[in-house]
Amino acid sequence: MIRVYTSSVIDAPADTVWSVIRDFNALPAWHPLIADSRIENAQPSDKVGCVRAFRMRDGGQLREQLLSLSDYDYQCTYSILASPMPLEHYVATLKLTPVTDGNRCFAEWSAEFDCEPARERELSQTIGQGVFQAGFDALKLRFGRR
Amino acid sequence: MQRVTRSAIIDAPIDRVWAILRDFNSHTAWHPVVAESGIEGDEPSDRVGCVRNFTLRDGARIREQLIALSDRDHRMTYCILDADVPLERYVATVQLKPVTDGNRTFWHWQSTFRTPRGRERELSEMVGVGVYEGGFAGLRQYLARGRAGAGLGDARGAPIESDAIAFERTGGPEVLRPVRVVANAPGPGEVRIRHAAIGINYVDVYIRRGWMPLAAPGDVLGVEASGVVLDVGPDVTNVIPGDRVAYALLPCGSYCGVRTVPAAQVARIPDGIDNETAAAVFLKGLTAEYLLHRIHRVVPGEVVLVHAAAGGLGTLAAGWARSLGATVIGTVSTDEKARTARDHGCHHVVVTREYNFADAVLRASGGRGADLIVDGLGERGVRDNLASLALFGHWVSVGQASGALPPLASDALVHRSATFSQPVIFHYTADPARLAEMAGRLWQAVQSGVVRPEIGGRFELGSAAEAHRLLESRASRGALLLVP
Repeated sequence: MIRVYTSSVIDAPADTVWSVIRDFNALPAWHPLIADSRIENAQPSDKVGCVRAFRMRDGGQLREQLLSLSDYDYQCTYSILASPMPLEHYVATLKLTPVTDGNRCFAEWSAEFDCEPARERELSQTIGQGVFQAGFDALKLRFGRR
Repeated sequence: MQRVTRSAIIDAPIDRVWAILRDFNSHTAWHPVVAESGIEGDEPSDRVGCVRNFTLRDGARIREQLIALSDRDHRMTYCILDADVPLERYVATVQLKPVTDGNRTFWHWQSTFRTPRGRERELSEMVGVGVYEGGFAGLRQYLARGRAGAGLGDARGAPIESDAIAFERTGGPEVLRPVRVVANAPGPGEVRIRHAAIGINYVDVYIRRGWMPLAAPGDVLGVEASGVVLDVGPDVTNVIPGDRVAYALLPCGSYCGVRTVPAAQVARIPDGIDNETAAAVFLKGLTAEYLLHRIHRVVPGEVVLVHAAAGGLGTLAAGWARSLGATVIGTVSTDEKARTARDHGCHHVVVTREYNFADAVLRASGGRGADLIVDGLGERGVRDNLASLALFGHWVSVGQASGALPPLASDALVHRSATFSQPVIFHYTADPARLAEMAGRLWQAVQSGVVRPEIGGRFELGSAAEAHRLLESRASRGALLLVP
């Protein structure tokens, strides 16, 4: 099992950031790599078990399922059902924790998956930096205080 | 039930922050409200179940017990056993997480407790603001202390030149030459250190003479130093700029002013131990540590024979072995050195310039012989070392001052079912986790006075040859340092 962990500090209260990212269908609104997204079967995007189908800007198509959502813990967990990446058993968690000192939030995005050993480095880099850190960078820019 | 949560971002890598916080007895160093701290029964501060006694600045006393500690999760939990303040059923958890974006640390501090009715607000404020927020500020200040002193100035990212001492060919002290070296800005996993003091070791002499192929003519000598971290490369999590550190490592190159080395090979010097002491004690002290705790585990009642017992390694090993309950016999070459050896813990001292000591060792040990021989003599001590061994004794060669050891016959040890070892300290320190453990035990021994490093002389870099002459003359006592 490969584990990828990326964390950052967003200069806005956890409530504020959470209101943007809790929507399982909102990736195109805040993540720069995502072109468009929809929830299959017209289900609500906070219904645990719903599936989002989205398209990356590079054309890649993914389907991901919401496994858990906690407004209390500012945390959601999801798995990949289908993707162009050569990996299996992918489960990821995105979580916010308030930083009381400065009224900011600590953001963690982690994933576990299996892949061929030869692809491990490249996939870890793609997911940890290409996807997770890129998302954090966009949030930091969006909520950056001057 | 009250719940208090405070969290902060600390601008230092997680390992560096955790090294401080995991020590259940560290608060006096960094927390502004704690005046005194001690662990009951002198137990180690990372032993789950240990109890600390705090006296706060306002005079209040608190006893707290460590009930969980996880290095893997960077998390500890503790509770109040009794306190002058009415916090009941108080349980607190400190949790660190890495901020991978910027190599910083997220610190989460949370507790639950009960208070007398009507004092909920007041006591929650005291815990949240006074203890937790005060702690964040205190730790930040503690970490920033050294940074101003690092004095990197405009050199960030640029190479730094400094004076150094190389050996131009193999030979006597006269082959040492001043040169200039460049310390590049640290790359991934590296730190750049401005040296405060450089330890001179007998291995430097062997290398200079060409007895050990650990460096080639033209190379800068030296295997250990202490100093201040100027800057760190990417992915360094154990030290930050301004930290005082010591290292002992190969390749050679410590006889210089500024050097870039692997961060995994440096150990932070605790408060209360100065840079010169650290440079004087690091390699020799790590050597004493692995001789007495790893290669041979000294137990009370054993006999330890320490040659050159007035020298740098000898004095450290003798005092440490004595504190472990061993009977320590030292050999020295002069009556004056005999006094030094006794001062540092030898129960018996044999004065000999002719390497005749076996009879005296057997006499002093009631015929038992030595369970451990710490041998820096080499060639001329072979005969008497073999004759000094106890049954199952362990003869450990760590130096060859009188000449290279000849090959040992395969039946040389059979008379005592004895063991001969020729260990290399750098094999033991190569693993960062083991190095941290060895350094930790050494610093503790220095702070408790079990190991009392003596500085025998300080020399400028340009006087390195003079220092080597003194070391080789066998006239020095204590450790010799270069101060760049």
